[in-house]
Amino acid sequence: MTLVTDMTQSIAREPGDPEVVETGHSSLTGLDKAARALGWFSLGLGLAEVFAAGKIADTLGVEGKEGLIRTYGVRELGAGMMSLSLNKETGIGSRVAGDALDMATLLPVLMSSRKKGNVLIALAVVAGIAALDTYVFTALKKENARSEPPRDFSDRSGFPGGVQAARGAALKNFETPRDFQVTTREDQPPVPRLPAI
Amino acid sequence: MKALVWHGKEDIRYDTVSDPEIEDPRDAIIKVTSCAICGSDLHLFHNFIPAMLPGDIIGHEAMGEVVETGSGLNGSLKKGDRIVVPFTIWCGECDQCQRQNYSLCQRSNRKADMQAKAFGYPTGGLFGYTHLTGGYPGGQAEYLRIPFADRTQIKVPETDLTDEQLLFLSDILPTGWQAAVQCDIQPDDVVAIWGCGPVAQMAIRSAILLGAKKVVAIDCLPERLSMARAGGAITINFMEESVVERLDEESDGKGPDKCIDCVGMESHVTPSLPDTVMDRAKQMMMMENDRPHILREMIYVCRPGGVLSIPGVYGGLVDKIPFGVLMNKGLTVRTGQTHVNRWTPTLLRLIEDGTIDPSFVITHNVPLSEGPEMYKTFEKKQDSCIKVVLKP
Ligand SMILES: NC(=O)c1ccc[n+]([C@@H]2O[C@H](COP(=O)([O-])OP(=O)(O)OC[C@H]3O[C@@H](n4cnc5c(N)ncnc54)[C@H](O)[C@@H]3O)[C@@H](O)[C@H]2O)c1
Ligand SMILES: [Zn+2]
Ligand SMILES: [Zn+2]
Repeated sequence: MTLVTDMTQSIAREPGDPEVVETGHSSLTGLDKAARALGWFSLGLGLAEVFAAGKIADTLGVEGKEGLIRTYGVRELGAGMMSLSLNKETGIGSRVAGDALDMATLLPVLMSSRKKGNVLIALAVVAGIAALDTYVFTALKKENARSEPPRDFSDRSGFPGGVQAARGAALKNFETPRDFQVTTREDQPPVPRLPAI
Repeated sequence: MKALVWHGKEDIRYDTVSDPEIEDPRDAIIKVTSCAICGSDLHLFHNFIPAMLPGDIIGHEAMGEVVETGSGLNGSLKKGDRIVVPFTIWCGECDQCQRQNYSLCQRSNRKADMQAKAFGYPTGGLFGYTHLTGGYPGGQAEYLRIPFADRTQIKVPETDLTDEQLLFLSDILPTGWQAAVQCDIQPDDVVAIWGCGPVAQMAIRSAILLGAKKVVAIDCLPERLSMARAGGAITINFMEESVVERLDEESDGKGPDKCIDCVGMESHVTPSLPDTVMDRAKQMMMMENDRPHILREMIYVCRPGGVLSIPGVYGGLVDKIPFGVLMNKGLTVRTGQTHVNRWTPTLLRLIEDGTIDPSFVITHNVPLSEGPEMYKTFEKKQDSCIKVVLKP
């Protein structure tokens, strides 16, 4: 613990170093930000499903289904963490799948629930979010794709005189320094080799 | 001035910042004419290396023209000099510098106390690379302050050579070179190189220049594999073939003599390499820092008695390293940040006499203002991007 506090205390920019005067455009795109927002939404919803399952069951009129709601909450937490990570495509992808599962679960409830109105509202919200998730997912995939065919760099040897001439060319003026040697040298007594069998 | 500034995970901005000033008699300030984005910057972009602060200027591959000098440079630099800036800052006087272990300089890390707490003992200062290594502002900017500028510089002789031909003396060329030198390459060696990124491209060329019989390079991106073949390597696409089987074939069933890891902590996550999926899951739960797939594979395939050279950057704790295999096979491990200036005379000569032209690796050459977009292009390997040069 003291290590952590010591470290954070000494992480400070030195007084003489340049400071940001005005911030400009970022590498974070609109879609990256949308994915982060959906990730935080997942975390919020997941926490609610895990810790307030009773209340949600009551609102939807599905008492007794608290266990299922908590399981879905854990799923939301996973999707949220994933969407906030570098693997945001996988995260948002799992949200799209989760939306479908949510709807498939809610639809039959619409028949059986005592509070059909609330279930209908929930379904509408899920459908709206599903549309958003699907849009962000497909757009992210497109934005991050390697869409152009790979270029052929077979003309870029880096050796103006060709590879053949380059092989061993550095040895004219360079010898591996002593502290980098791991193999016996020719000018040292040779390693005795057994005759081949 | 304008600069690329780190604000958080995946958030690099083209900001206006205050200009650097001379702080010490041994400082110099350059007007940057060219700088580049490195694979190491991606580790910061992904926030895998701790101790960055929002507002830190990034970048550690830069060159330019001296515009201001401190009073203590003893004539080693003057206004108007054209210099390349090595990414490792060194003093030239401490015990490690005396041994030419410049990246381990004992005096250049101004946050040495903090790093010593995490590492046991501190290493040298680096430009634009977290507060663990000094928190020095980086070179993806219009101006750069260079500490210990009498040492931390590569003075370019009067020459027609372009920035593009010289810039990589700052990092990737000596890094690929040191990776190959660490292998102490012998004429009948089979050298296996993981990755075909910019560092690996330089390692492939270096292994050839040092006379390796056969160089085998591994990646999954067709454009990078084509560039590796152009440099004299045989290639393996790890998405299509078994790396272990192919390396066994290429080394007549003995295993490569020397193995070089030019990938580092962010090995691709793919279901065909299940350990990488496990590593990624553990990373998300903060149970592991790096994804060390390459280390596992190298230890397994290397010929007994061989050498593992690791220029690829790792940040912290790694799991499931077959240390028993490493020990019983008697492998030698060599690693480290590059002692850039140690290799400068040799490499500059090879560039000047036309043996190597490092500009072959550049695929994108754009204004600094496009930096934020270029981070994304480089990260997603779009548009066959291999190396980005930025012009302030
Ligand atoms: N030691 C030093 O001083 C030093 C200096 C510069 C860079 N580096 C490090 O070198 C590494 C490479 O840098 P770069 O600029 O070439 O980065 P890069 O990200 O462009 O290249 C990494 C390459 O590895 C490939 N790869 C990923 N998983 C793989 C696998 N399982 N097998 C084979 N290839 C795989 C990727 O496709 C990519 O082409 C980074 O870790 C960087 O931090 C170290
Ligand atoms: Zn670098
Ligand atoms: Zn020193």
